[in-house]
Amino acid sequence: MGNIIRTKRFWLVAPAVVYIGFFMAVPLLQMAYVSVLERGDYGGVNWGAFSMDAYISFIFERDLMDNLVVNTDYLQIFVRSFGLSAMTTVFALLLGFPTAFYISTQPQSRRNFLIFLVTIPFWTNILVRNYAWMLLLRNGGLIDGALNWMGLETGGLDVLYTPYAVSIGLTYTYLPFMVLPIYASLEKLDHRLVEAAFDLGADKRRAMSRVILPLAAPGIAAGCILVFIPCLGAYVTPELLGGGKFMMIANLIGSQFGAARNWPLGAGLGFVLLALVLISMMVYSFKFKSLPEESR
Amino acid sequence: MKLRSALLGASAIAFLSAGSAQAAGDLFFYNWSNYFPPELMEKFEEETGIKVTLDVYDSNETMLAKLQAGASGYDIAVASDYMVDVMIKEGLATKFDAKSLENFGNVAKPHDTMKYDPEREYSVTYLWGTTGFTYDAAAVDGELENSWKEFFEPREEFRGKIGALNDEVEMFNAASYYAGVEKCTEDPAEAQKVLDILMKQKPYIAVYSSEGTIDRMSAREVQMHMQWNGAAHRTKESIPEAVFVYPKEGLTYWADHFVIPDGAPNLENAKTFINWMMKPENAAEASNYAGYMNSIKGTGEFMDPSLNADPAVNMPEEYADLLIPSQNCSVKARDLRNRVWTKLKN
Repeated sequence: MGNIIRTKRFWLVAPAVVYIGFFMAVPLLQMAYVSVLERGDYGGVNWGAFSMDAYISFIFERDLMDNLVVNTDYLQIFVRSFGLSAMTTVFALLLGFPTAFYISTQPQSRRNFLIFLVTIPFWTNILVRNYAWMLLLRNGGLIDGALNWMGLETGGLDVLYTPYAVSIGLTYTYLPFMVLPIYASLEKLDHRLVEAAFDLGADKRRAMSRVILPLAAPGIAAGCILVFIPCLGAYVTPELLGGGKFMMIANLIGSQFGAARNWPLGAGLGFVLLALVLISMMVYSFKFKSLPEESR
Repeated sequence: MKLRSALLGASAIAFLSAGSAQAAGDLFFYNWSNYFPPELMEKFEEETGIKVTLDVYDSNETMLAKLQAGASGYDIAVASDYMVDVMIKEGLATKFDAKSLENFGNVAKPHDTMKYDPEREYSVTYLWGTTGFTYDAAAVDGELENSWKEFFEPREEFRGKIGALNDEVEMFNAASYYAGVEKCTEDPAEAQKVLDILMKQKPYIAVYSSEGTIDRMSAREVQMHMQWNGAAHRTKESIPEAVFVYPKEGLTYWADHFVIPDGAPNLENAKTFINWMMKPENAAEASNYAGYMNSIKGTGEFMDPSLNADPAVNMPEEYADLLIPSQNCSVKARDLRNRVWTKLKN
C-alpha cells in the first residue's frame, strides 16, 4: 500500500525532475565538455580535440617568449564582480530589512497590498527598467533637474556611466528578492516572544538584536543569497548604467562567445564562476546551520 | 475545465496546421535590428506572395554563434565581409551562384566581386558603409582636423562628452589606424600601442555603446560619437551642424551581404528574395531607410535627394583612398585584440 502511494507521489514530481534534469543538467554538461575542448579557428570548438587551455588562460598568459606568466585581468574582473555584488547585497539588506519589518507590522489586509506593491517592478522588463534609470540619473535628467530646481547647483550629477550607477541599478533590481524572504520569516514571527523580551527588561534595541534578528536570520540569509548570486551574473546593468566602461563576469563571458570567438574560455569562465558560487554557498550554509541553534 | 483544454488542444492543432500550410511560401529572414524597411518587406510579400518572418541580432558574432549552435531554419542572413569568409570556411553558407540570378547584371562595380567571395558564389552585397566619427560643430570654434587624433586625444571641449562604439573590432581597428599598426597584428608590442591609445582616451569617454548613437547625439548627451556613416546621416536630421569625419589615417569600409545559411528550408524563396533586392527601386528604398549606400546601378532616381547630397553617405571622391576593407584576423590576432579589450574594460 505504502509503496503504491510512494510510486504515485513519484509520478507527481517526475515531470519537474525530468524537466530540470534535462534542461539544467544537459546544457551544464555540454558547457563542461566545451570548456575542455580545443577552440575552432572561426569560433565554435573542435569536437573531440581536448585542451585545458581555457582553464590555463584564466590565470596565465603567454608572454613574448612563449613563457606562461600570471595574468590578473580575468581575476580582477571576478574580484570586481564579487565586490559589486557584495556591496549591492549590503545595500539591499539595509533597505530591505526595515521595509520587510514595516510590512510585517501592518494589519493583514494592508500587508497583502504592500507586498503586491513590492512585486510590481517584476511586471516590467529589466531592460526597460534600466533605461528608465538612465533617464533618471543622467545629467539634466529627472533627479539632476529636480536638484537644480531646488537651487542646488549640481553642475551635472555625473552619476550615470559610473560604478555607482551600476550599484544603484542592481540594488533596485534585486531589492524585492531581499524583501520577500525576510518578510516571509518575519510574518511567522511569534510576537509574544517580543513581548516576553520587553517583559524581561529588554529595550527596543536589545529585543531587535536578540529576538527579532535571530528569528529572521533564515529569511535574511535567503535574501542575501537571492540577491548576491544573480548579481554576479548581471549583464545588462553594467552595460547600460555603467556605460560599458568596465566588465563584470557576464560581460566577459559574453565577449568570449562573441567577438573573441573563444567558446572554451567562455565556458571555462562560466564554470569557474559556478564553482566559486557553489563553494561560497557551501561555506555559507555550513556556517548558517549553527545560527538558529545558538538563538534557541 | 475539460472544455478549455479541448479548446486549447484544438487551437494548437489549428496553429500547427496553419504553419505547415504556409511552409511552401515562407522566408525566414535573419538581419540586424532596424536595418530593413518594413514597407519594403510588405511590398515583397505582396509581389511574390511569400510570407517573410524577421528575426534580428545585434552583431555578426551573435549571428555566427547561433548558426554554429545549429539553430538554422533561416533562409537569408546578413553578414559583414569577414563574417562571409568565416561562414564559407565553416560550411555555414549555401553556394547559390549569385551570378546566375537574373538581376545580377544590376550590381555596380566593385561589388560584383568581394575579397572573401570573388566569384560571388555565396553572397550579394546588401548595403555598405564606413565607420568614422561624428561631432557637433556647434560645440567647438573652428573646424576639427580630419584625423582620429580628435577622437582619441580630444580637445578640452569634447572631453567627457564622447561616445564610442562598444565594439571591440571597430575600436581596435580605429586605434590601430591612428597608431599606424596593422589591425590584424600578431605582435604584442604593437597591440600594446593600441591599448595605450585606448587607455589614454578612456577617461574622456562618456559611454561605450553601439546602440542609440543617434539619440545620444540628438539629446546632446554627447557631442562626439564614433558612428557608422548611415547613423551619422540620421543624426544630421536632428543636428544639422553634425559633421562626419573621414580621418586621414584611414577608416574601415565594410559591406553587409545577403547569405543563404546552410540547410535553408526555402532555398528557392531565398533566391527569389535576393534577385528581387537587386532591382534598383527596391535597393534604393533600403538605402533611403537605413542611410547606407547600396550596390546597385541606376538607383539614383529612386533615392532620397538628401542622401545623395550628404557627404557622410555619398562619399566625396577624394576620400576614396582612405577606405580600408574590413579583414578577418587570425586566431592569434583576435586573442591579442580581445586581451586589449579586456584590459581596457578592467
